[in-house]
Amino acid sequence: MRPITLKVNGATHTVGVEPATPLLYVLRNDLGLRGPRFGCGLGQCGACTVIINGEAVRSCVRATSSVEGVEITTLEGLSRNGVLHPLQQAWIDEQVPQCGFCQNGQILTAKVLLDKNPRPTDADIRQAMARTLCRCMTYYRVQAAIKRAAAGGVA
Amino acid sequence: MTLRREFLKQSGFLVVSLGAWCRPSDVAEAAQAVQAAPGTRGPGPYPDKDFLQLDSWIAVREDNTATFYVGKTDLGQGTGTAFRQMMADELDVAYANTSVVMDSTDITVDQGGSGGSDGIQVDGWPMRRVAAEARRMLLDLAAPRLGVPVAGLVVTDGVVSVRDDESRRVTYGELIGARRFNVTLSGRNVDATTGQAPVKPVSALKHVGQSPQRYDIPSKVDGSEEWAVDVRLPGMVHARNVKPPVAGAQLASVDESSVRSLPGFVKVVTKGNYVAVVFEREEQAVRAARQLECQWTKPATAPFPASDDLFDYMRAATPESSAPPVDAGDPAAAFAGAATVVEARYDVPFQGHTAFGPAHATADPTGDQLTIYSNDMKSYGLRNGVAEFLKMPRDRVRVVWMQGPQAYGRTAADDAGFEAAYLATELGRPVRVQWMRDEETAWDTKGPAYAVDMRGALDGTGALTAVEYTARAADHNHLGYNEPDTVLIAQLTGQRKTTPARGRASTPSDMYAIPHRRTTTHVVSLPLVWETPLRTGNLRDPDGPQVTFASESFIDEMAVAAKADPAEFRLALLTRGTGDDSGFKRARSIAVMKAAMAAYGWQARPAGPRNSGDVVTGRGIAYAYRSQTVVAQIVEVEVNRRTGHVWAKRMVCAHDCGLVINPEGLRRTLECGMLHSLSRALHEEVRFDREKVTSVDWVSHPTLTHADTPERIDIVIVNGDPTPGRADLPHYGAGETVCKPTLAAVGNAIFDATGVRLRRVPFRDARVLAALKGATGTFDHLY
Repeated sequence: MRPITLKVNGATHTVGVEPATPLLYVLRNDLGLRGPRFGCGLGQCGACTVIINGEAVRSCVRATSSVEGVEITTLEGLSRNGVLHPLQQAWIDEQVPQCGFCQNGQILTAKVLLDKNPRPTDADIRQAMARTLCRCMTYYRVQAAIKRAAAGGVA
Repeated sequence: MTLRREFLKQSGFLVVSLGAWCRPSDVAEAAQAVQAAPGTRGPGPYPDKDFLQLDSWIAVREDNTATFYVGKTDLGQGTGTAFRQMMADELDVAYANTSVVMDSTDITVDQGGSGGSDGIQVDGWPMRRVAAEARRMLLDLAAPRLGVPVAGLVVTDGVVSVRDDESRRVTYGELIGARRFNVTLSGRNVDATTGQAPVKPVSALKHVGQSPQRYDIPSKVDGSEEWAVDVRLPGMVHARNVKPPVAGAQLASVDESSVRSLPGFVKVVTKGNYVAVVFEREEQAVRAARQLECQWTKPATAPFPASDDLFDYMRAATPESSAPPVDAGDPAAAFAGAATVVEARYDVPFQGHTAFGPAHATADPTGDQLTIYSNDMKSYGLRNGVAEFLKMPRDRVRVVWMQGPQAYGRTAADDAGFEAAYLATELGRPVRVQWMRDEETAWDTKGPAYAVDMRGALDGTGALTAVEYTARAADHNHLGYNEPDTVLIAQLTGQRKTTPARGRASTPSDMYAIPHRRTTTHVVSLPLVWETPLRTGNLRDPDGPQVTFASESFIDEMAVAAKADPAEFRLALLTRGTGDDSGFKRARSIAVMKAAMAAYGWQARPAGPRNSGDVVTGRGIAYAYRSQTVVAQIVEVEVNRRTGHVWAKRMVCAHDCGLVINPEGLRRTLECGMLHSLSRALHEEVRFDREKVTSVDWVSHPTLTHADTPERIDIVIVNGDPTPGRADLPHYGAGETVCKPTLAAVGNAIFDATGVRLRRVPFRDARVLAALKGATGTFDHLY
């Protein structure tokens, strides 16, 4: 166990944990964040997604020590000055979630997609989102919300 | 800005408002609050709320806001929003000035929690009636104050005014704000609760039928929602279960020293075959659960056949229970005189809830009582079951419902709640239990496997004269909700009942006018009845997808034999019916069939392949009925004949559930329900060898993904009532009927595309490819 410094949503935190601790548990239990959630612990579902260096990262299989000092963005960090990110607004406009448990991964994976590809085709969206699962099966509305946000010029 | 926050700002009654959202940190704070105010949280004990007291249901505050306390949950389908709309209408308040508190046993009435898709259909009625009664009481208070009889008053958004002089007015808040109604209602049970006031005619409802956005979505999108998984309490520790590696294994010994020196060690708890590790930090518990050395003794006989052999086993097994054949007409004579007889067998494997977030709960034993934070959809059932399991007085146990992952039926959330409660009382500290992915996928409750044999007869004109349905369901010992003697921890600790539940095998609806029928059902058991990962319980529309896969695939096969268009064939069977049509369900069924066909652009022709090449397309239709709700679905598939891959490219769903409370909410519920069954059609199957479940994660247990999503979905909301504008149009359920027809519609579409009939789900690529290549057998070895 050693002190590890994390930069999350623009703030700096120092936590004392085993270096190999999955980042997910530190974000949730030490920093009190609720956006990233445990779904599989295997990097298969996307519930725990955070953004690091412009990539959607599965925090359940990422050692905390490996992201020391790197800027980490969680769902809570998407809004700016109390204004929702356009993707979040598109999610509300389309009324996407059912239970909502997976939507952290859906929104953050979509953000990374649009940051890289502001005008994705339907095929681009299906491919980029394919590994981000939803058991309420909100996929159709997720895809509609991504297209809505893209049409609004998110990136 | 969320509605919730707006309400918090507006209400100016912070204690009650905080209680409304069940945040654990607020519970303690609210415990200090004024006891007299309706809906206020207290320190316990927690007697049941009296459903015959109006104050148990509704609180109106000085600022003219109203909170409704209902004993239901919202599984993410917008029922909470719908309840607000229904009650706002009857109370005559602005929707934005309402809030709803759901299924917390200390402050809401016991409406049984969720289940059966009856929240709107059944529980909505007492909600409407008590809100109407509150309106009546408020008008009675307003009349002397304004010096005008009630008949001379009007209400708009919680403001009562004199009809002839609207400057003379008083608000609901001024009339009663934060005081009690002290009105006793009547009714022999909670569903029958009523006051004296009638509910409004449909034409007078102004919130019902609109589509206000769901109030729970903003906090789910911005990360601020506090879910049941987020509960953090002072002194809380983390537990992980250690499950038997082989089903039915007995715990011989546990070497606690294998984990005692790990950081954060609190305790290893064992009782019977139940094992859990408890640590200060979550990741410590995860590691220790993997590292704990346990010795298990395998059972002498295999707990179940391998999933490859399941259907052979089910058809050969001596049933545990059977219903005598139910005959209508004279099926034997009809078959003897038939021009054509068709026989077919259909198989549906065990399928799981496989919750996206594995089961979890947190229990707090502070102060000689127990509070359980859970996403279980039946808080009162969990409260009652835990109290009985732990031999605590009921009023010392409280369950607070919080948001969680999808929970469509009897999920492992029941089990986790009991485990957290047990561990918390053992340790005397708050305990958070979280199942792992493999545990959830292997050990959650399963929808039963079905093996169905069908036989049908056509007469010389191609009319369907007789159908025999014989079902075998692997459903011996079907678990109920929150039973203290069947939850997994009760089974593993030897506190279980001695007699299994009898289970059931369901039958298709009889809406088709088939003159001669024979229906036979059997329930079979697997060798291991208790402590098994193949526990059966209600999974969204229990048995419906299985039964309807058989019945609606078979109707398609009969249409093929009759060289008839499959939609016209069904319509003829519906139209021919002259018997019972309570609720106009037959008339409404015909209406949804026609609506689906019109939305799709259905052209009548017999099913069968019309094109060649690697990728072929086809269409399939299926129809279902449940509890007065009727649905017809059309699926258009692309089948890749080289790979066996099936894509449901287009889906149409026509649906009639009577009066629709929130059309946009309904559309999404139907879309997602249909896609849930599409996942069951294409992907989902519980796999096992002769020792354990082997489908344990999202690779070995695939589910629908973004790549499978249809290109186009059309939802057609139908009101097929003969008097569609009638004042008393009922509101029926919508959460489950939609799940019934999809499996058959997809299979029927695959036949139309390829000429090959698939009678075993799921239609994974390898199984489809093998079928296309003309291989025989069920291809179980391929998946």
